[in-house]
Amino acid sequence: MRHIISVLLENESGALSRVAGLFSARGYNIESLTVAPTNDPTLSRMTIVTWGDERRIDQIEKQLFKLVDVAALQDITINRHLEREVVLVKVGLLGDPADSKLELERVTSVFNASLLDVTDTLFIAELSGSSEKVDEFIKALSAHTIVEVARSGVTGLSSTERALTAR
Amino acid sequence: MQLTGADIVVKSLEAEGVEYVFGYPGGAALHIYDAFHRQQEVEHILVRHEQGATHAADGYARSTGKPGVVLVTSGPGITNAITGIATAYMDSIPMVVLSGQVMKPLIGYDAFQEIDAVGISRPCVKHNFLIQDVEDIAATIKKAFHIATSGRPGPVLVDIPKDITAHVAEFLYPTTVDIRSYPEVPKAQPAEISIAVEAVLNAKKPIVYAGGGVVLANAQAELRSMVRKLGFPCTNTLMGLGAYPHGDPLFIGMLGMHGTYEANKAMHDADLIVAVGARFDDRITGTLDGFAPNAKVLHIDIDPSVIDKNIKSDIAIIGDAKEVLELLNQEIARRESEINPELTKDWWSTIAEWQGFDSLWYEHSDTVIKPQFVVQKLHEVTGGEAYVTSDVGQHQMFAAQFYGFSDTHKWINSGGLGTMGFGLPAAMGVKFAHPDADVACITGEGSIQMCIQELGTCKQYDLPVKVINLNNRYLGMVRQWQEFSYEKRYSNSYMDSLPDFVKLAESYGHVGMKIESPADVEGALKEAFAMTDRLVFMDFITDREENVYPMIEAGKGHHEMRLRPNKK
Repeated sequence: MRHIISVLLENESGALSRVAGLFSARGYNIESLTVAPTNDPTLSRMTIVTWGDERRIDQIEKQLFKLVDVAALQDITINRHLEREVVLVKVGLLGDPADSKLELERVTSVFNASLLDVTDTLFIAELSGSSEKVDEFIKALSAHTIVEVARSGVTGLSSTERALTAR
Repeated sequence: MQLTGADIVVKSLEAEGVEYVFGYPGGAALHIYDAFHRQQEVEHILVRHEQGATHAADGYARSTGKPGVVLVTSGPGITNAITGIATAYMDSIPMVVLSGQVMKPLIGYDAFQEIDAVGISRPCVKHNFLIQDVEDIAATIKKAFHIATSGRPGPVLVDIPKDITAHVAEFLYPTTVDIRSYPEVPKAQPAEISIAVEAVLNAKKPIVYAGGGVVLANAQAELRSMVRKLGFPCTNTLMGLGAYPHGDPLFIGMLGMHGTYEANKAMHDADLIVAVGARFDDRITGTLDGFAPNAKVLHIDIDPSVIDKNIKSDIAIIGDAKEVLELLNQEIARRESEINPELTKDWWSTIAEWQGFDSLWYEHSDTVIKPQFVVQKLHEVTGGEAYVTSDVGQHQMFAAQFYGFSDTHKWINSGGLGTMGFGLPAAMGVKFAHPDADVACITGEGSIQMCIQELGTCKQYDLPVKVINLNNRYLGMVRQWQEFSYEKRYSNSYMDSLPDFVKLAESYGHVGMKIESPADVEGALKEAFAMTDRLVFMDFITDREENVYPMIEAGKGHHEMRLRPNKK
């Protein structure tokens, strides 16, 4: 099963490599991993999307918590939660640029995505949503020539009262 | 007090009460070596290879419970130390390793003797640091000792760029340490204790399985008291030997790949396994499929990540083994009237039948020296009181099976990583810690050659350890596996072109002995141990093809042991 694990990490050099190294050394899967500082500059928040059975996820959480740089962690998928991913898609305009633009604008508006840049030959759209929605958006655009896709990876928050905090 | 970074390093070690630092100098560490030269409080021990430094610090740590301390230079200094750091990591040994690093402005430019020490050590340390500022040295060393020695212990590396050791700062060694992201050890909950005791009091086929965690927690007294109060059979892992004394009627021997028939059979048939400071690793469990099918598992460990890692527990108590066992003992004492020896009577009769099989039996010989016989004689000559280090292979298993340890911290071996070359330098560390005790290194002609250069260190510091070389001219354990699993194709498992060990020992200034007849074994050992001020290298020419029995082969379970075939 897919799990999203939020981790509060000391904002120290090398902390990211400890987490990445743990996952590769123990053969755990990483679907995506995002990390950035929080409102407290001494802490980074990392969001790891992984999958495995209950026992595997239990081990991942325990091994993560053993890392000295890990201050707190939470599997946000066990409760109501929000997840968001940002995707930027660069699409090449085909045939009649005007028709092509019209069609792309339609898809973009259906998905509530934004147009970031339009030239005579290229079109860059942005969407923020669940990974599923991002997948669908990319699929919808695939009738056109997708030049490149940049996905941020998932970040998320539990919708419960409980906040992930360092001691 | 304004001091250089190098002096701060040494003063910090002094503040930690460090007696010995095992190390080897080099460019990036030279300021620190200069600081060592200026003082007498902390003694630096010059080894012959950085691997030897880490094993010596490790032997010191295992035999005292105090952290071992290592100092090496950058580049090859730290890469040579990695094997010893990994050895300590796998066995949860407290160790602090200080490594010199190239100057900060050169980091990342492939400077001479530059290696990313934090990166290369990351998978085999509990934590590591790269110091960025002279102001951080004292606080970082304080943190390193705290992390290395608390919770589940382990090695911690502190990498220090050379320029920082020349900078000057005010020295004030912190008295406390606060690392918000470093978890405190959880305390056992009363509810867990009472559930555990309920299970214990109702067990009909119980077994207590005690590992290295009992040794690390100094919980042997609490373990013994619990086992005796309950009258349960007790087995120790390779790492836990001595936790429950050999020779005690409740002790049923070591378990695992080369454990006794009775210990492994009892694990397999048990209805309750009480695991204390042990982690159900593959050398203990054999194949997990057939492991203890009817057992309820009560797992006590300080590290939450070992719970349910290999074996799913039914009751888990996370905490320090000493504290948890003390709580269990209190609860058992409170319910003492409910202890019913009748419940385990049949179980003990079954165990007695298994014991009757005498699975460690081997055939004595008047003509060729049996390695087991040497270990048994060593026990007699040293009164079972020696510190025994070992390398890795058949000799290690013979030592574990036949020395008979009655106390903890006496059996010093690389159980997790299985590091050949460990024994001799580890024995040096033990001898520094216990100068008046007998220290024996049981080794083989393969292993001893992996760190034999440390004979030089032994001479320089007058370390009269006794090297018991069980020389069968084979890499014995490799050969045994090849005999069993590769139709006796002895690929690269023989030891050709061996040195004359007697002359080799003598060339280092030690005493060498070659013993070829069983009749000479006891006399030679007595003679060697009587030479209390000399290192004696005893080259025992042993049976070439003796095997270690019993054996659980790869992929087999506790009920599928291979037993000695020619047993009468």
